[in-house]
Parts: sequence; C-alpha cells; structure tokens
Amino acid sequence: MYIIGERINGMFKDVAKAIREKNKRIIQELALKQIEKGADALDVNLGTAVEDPLSAMEWLVKTIGEVTEITLAIDTTKLAVMEKGLQCCKSKPIINSTSADEEKLNTLIPLAKKYNAGLIGLTMSRKGIPSDANSRLELAIHILNRWQEEGLPVEDLYIDAVILPVNVAQAQCPEVLETIHQVKMLSQPPPKTILGLSNVSQGTKYRSLINRTYLVMALAFGLEAAILDPFDEELRQAMRTAEVLLNKTVYCDSYLK
Amino acid sequence: MEKAREKWVGKVNELVIGAEPQEGGTRKKIIKIGGENTLPFLYFEGKIPNPPVVAMEVWDTEPVAWPEVLKEEFKGCLKDPVAWAKKAVEEWNIDLLCLRLFSTHPDVQNTSPEEAGKIVEKVLHAVGVPLIIIGGYSAQKDGDVLFRVSEVVKGENCLLGIAVQENYKTITASCLSGGHSLIAETPIDINLAKQLNILISDMGFPAERIVIHHSTGGLGYGLEYTYSVMERTRLAGLSGDKMLSQPMINFVGQEVWRAKEAKTSEEEMPVWGRQRERAILWEATTAVAFLNAGANILVMNHPQAIKLVKETIKELMVDLVSK
Repeated sequence: MYIIGERINGMFKDVAKAIREKNKRIIQELALKQIEKGADALDVNLGTAVEDPLSAMEWLVKTIGEVTEITLAIDTTKLAVMEKGLQCCKSKPIINSTSADEEKLNTLIPLAKKYNAGLIGLTMSRKGIPSDANSRLELAIHILNRWQEEGLPVEDLYIDAVILPVNVAQAQCPEVLETIHQVKMLSQPPPKTILGLSNVSQGTKYRSLINRTYLVMALAFGLEAAILDPFDEELRQAMRTAEVLLNKTVYCDSYLK
Repeated sequence: MEKAREKWVGKVNELVIGAEPQEGGTRKKIIKIGGENTLPFLYFEGKIPNPPVVAMEVWDTEPVAWPEVLKEEFKGCLKDPVAWAKKAVEEWNIDLLCLRLFSTHPDVQNTSPEEAGKIVEKVLHAVGVPLIIIGGYSAQKDGDVLFRVSEVVKGENCLLGIAVQENYKTITASCLSGGHSLIAETPIDINLAKQLNILISDMGFPAERIVIHHSTGGLGYGLEYTYSVMERTRLAGLSGDKMLSQPMINFVGQEVWRAKEAKTSEEEMPVWGRQRERAILWEATTAVAFLNAGANILVMNHPQAIKLVKETIKELMVDLVSK
C-alpha cells in the first residue's frame, strides 16, 4: 500500500498558521513524523486562506525539501501554483489532481511530461461526480487514453474514483469499490488506483472507524494507494492486517511494527 | 511473442564482508553479495550486480565424523586451522572462509571463549580473505564465544553467527559493538524468519546487515522445503518487504557429508558407484539447487565440489541477454 500523508494541508489550523507565520519547524516536523509513521509520499496543499499562493507554495515545498527528498503530491487547482510546486520538488512529484475535462487534461498532462511527474486523475468532470461505477469508468478510460497518447508510463497514472462522504452519498460507497476493481482491467499494465480516504467520513461521528473500515474494503478490491492520515494508529493497524490477510505481506507475530 | 516481465519494486540488500586497510580492517580483498532486483539469473528482468559466493569451511578441531574421502583432501591440516585456512587460500584459491568453532560446544571440548578468540586471531592473521565465523551450534555457549570473537575481529567486518531465537540478543549486541554482520537462523519457516529479523532490527541493528539462514535441507533430506521457503522469501523481498530482503546463506557441506549417499563406501553399496565422485557430485548438486533458490552464500567442504560450483556460477553469471 502506497501511503500519501495528508497532514500538510492548509485546512488544518496548525498548518495554516505555520504557512502564515513562515514557521519552518512545524512543517518540517509534520513531514518527518508522517514519514516515520510510514508515509511513502506527502500531500502538499496550501488550503484556501493564502494571500500569495505562488510564493507560499514555493516556501512550503522548499521547506519540506530541506529535510527530506520524499515524493510530494502537489495539491492545488491553480495551474501556476502547481507548476511552481513541481519546479521546487527535489524528486519525482505527483500532480494532485486532474478531472476528466479536456481543458484540465490539456494543461496538466503536458505539465506531467515536462516535470516527469505522476498524475492523479479524478473520475469526475464539469458535470459533476457520476453516481455509478460504469460512468466513473468511462471517465477513467478517457483520462487513461489521453495519458497513453502522450506516451507516458501507465504506472505513473493514479485513478481516483472519488469517494464522497457516507452521510451525503451512501449509495456511492459500493460503486467506488466496484470502480477500483474494474480500473485494474482497463489496460495491461493497469493504472494505479488511489483514494482520498478521509473524505468518506467527512462530517460523521465515527470518523476513524469509518475510514479504516472503508480502507480495508477498498484494499480487498485492489486499491494500491491512498491519501490518508498516517497518525491514525488504528487505521495503520487495520491496513497492515488487511495486507496480511490478502497475502500481500508475509505474516509474522510482529507484523504490526 | 511478448516476454512477460515482472517489474519488482524491491531488491536484495547489498552486503560487504571483510574490511580493507582503508576501512580499518586488514583484509587483502573483500566480498560483496546481494543487490539483485530479480529472481536468480533472470537477466532479462533486472540486474544481478554480484554473483553468489562459495565459502570453504575451516574447523577449529578435527571433524571426526567426516568420511575418509573428505578427510583425505585435508591431510596434515585437519588438526591445525591455520594450516587448513592457508591451504584453502593458497592451494584452492578460496576467497571466503567460514571458520567453525566446533570445539567450543560443551559436549565437544568446551573450549573457552578466550581460547576460541586466540584461534580466530591466528587464522585472521594467516590469511587475507574475509571471514565468516560461526560457533559450535550451542545457543547458550555461542553467545559467550561470539562476544569474545567479535572483539578480537573488531573492524574486520566479519559475518558472525549463528543467531537463533534463544540467543539473538547477545549475538546482536556483540555484532553491533564489533561492527559485524550476522546470520539469523530459523527452522524452515518464513514467518519465523521475518519475526527474528524484526526482533533483531528492533535492537537497533541495521536490517541491511542480516543474512538469512532458513536452515539447510540436504538433497534427499528436505532440500525442497528449504528451496520453497527461500523462493518465497525472494518473492516477498522483491515485492518490497524490507524484513525479507536480506541475502541468504546455506550450509551445504554440513548437510551433505552426513548423508548416507556421501558416507557409504562402494564396497558397501556397489550399485551406487564410486564414493568419491558420488559424494562430490552430491555436494555440488545440492549447492546448485540452492543457487537457483536464490542463495547468496554457499558454505561447502570438498575442494573439488567447490570448484565445480564456482565454474557453474561463472556459467550462470554469463549475461546472455545483454550480449
């Protein structure tokens, strides 16, 4: 399981404050702690309340780059901010994210090519998020085709079937699982599958329980990567256990370590 | 037809045995093992930077149980580990020795750790090749012996062993303070092997300095069990499991030379053919099987069998694909 740590996000108050006050120590500690807890990559998101996003992104990416060369997933909807983030990365970055809309694909795929970056493709478009697996797959196929037309390696493409909060769109939870399963049959080799996990529990009472239950289910459907909270110990334990039960890792008494 | 190629994310840890003067040791050359990111000899899939190596055993006491056809090769030096080691290096071009401190076992001669340390020191000074040093297969005593040995060879970057469930704490601490690598052994069980590696690394010992011994089954005596556990270990390591990405070792000679196929004379069993050739082939064949299971170090006894296996390794390491 490829883990992208979600904690460096301006939606969190401590991060927003650190960005505002240019407090390197807080950001760097968050980066290193997530890596210590098993993150393979780190999501980098400025949040909304930033005056000068261009220079803030540069500062944020460079600040993290001072303490680690781990992969960064640059998470922004603004093209210029995205490019600034990619420019400042020390190792192969990931673009988070594109929709299946042409204007997005036309700008972000060339950017991925230019910076040798991975790309997270959301199965959504201007019309919104489809309500069933088949419509999601159509969008996934479109993104995959556009990616392959550019001759980019399929293993650098991550399809995100977009999970919505269970209290908003409960019927979609199984549809997303089915999409994950089907994406693996789209090509040989197939693109990777990813989820922005915490969204499933947005606004619910038992967030952590819902997150880990859904992650275990998604793993059984073939999920390979997730953007999640590495500090959620029970989530980590459920994930490791699922990996053992799916015969992805070899069991031993200390497998939780 | 398109070749189905596996793209592995992991690779076997690269490990160096021995230290030259610039690294603080006294070895004339060092040995490098591991580093491959593919299954054995599949050059079309990945890289195999270092060939598997063969170590010859040298005992600190005469191996009385050995059959005559093996003993006769070492005439005059079976009671003298220094002469034995020199003969191995000078006469048979052996580039890695495995010193077995068999006499330290309480039921053999119960040699003290201090005495064992002196023997190790003599062998170390007599030859310039890297050393694997193992105790006498007594969990308790090996801990004490290797504690002393580790000090004696400090800075030489040896491979010490054998750490098992009962003594890994002492041996790990010794290897940590002496700067050596260690062999971790479990009884043909991948789950226990992973567990022991985790326990050893939890003590602060780098997982990159562990060599796995899954216990060696001899040809006709359970080789296939060891083989499949080794294969599974490789697959797990190449898939990214850091606690199963270690190089692997097999003690081939020790298993082969106590098998009836190697010990029985042609007088007793005329249909089996000449004992010497038969036994040498038994050892070489066993060794080659383990090469294909993913072994990185083979510890062997008979110089002729070692020669055969080294020639086979050379042939297997010819990268036909890139030519």
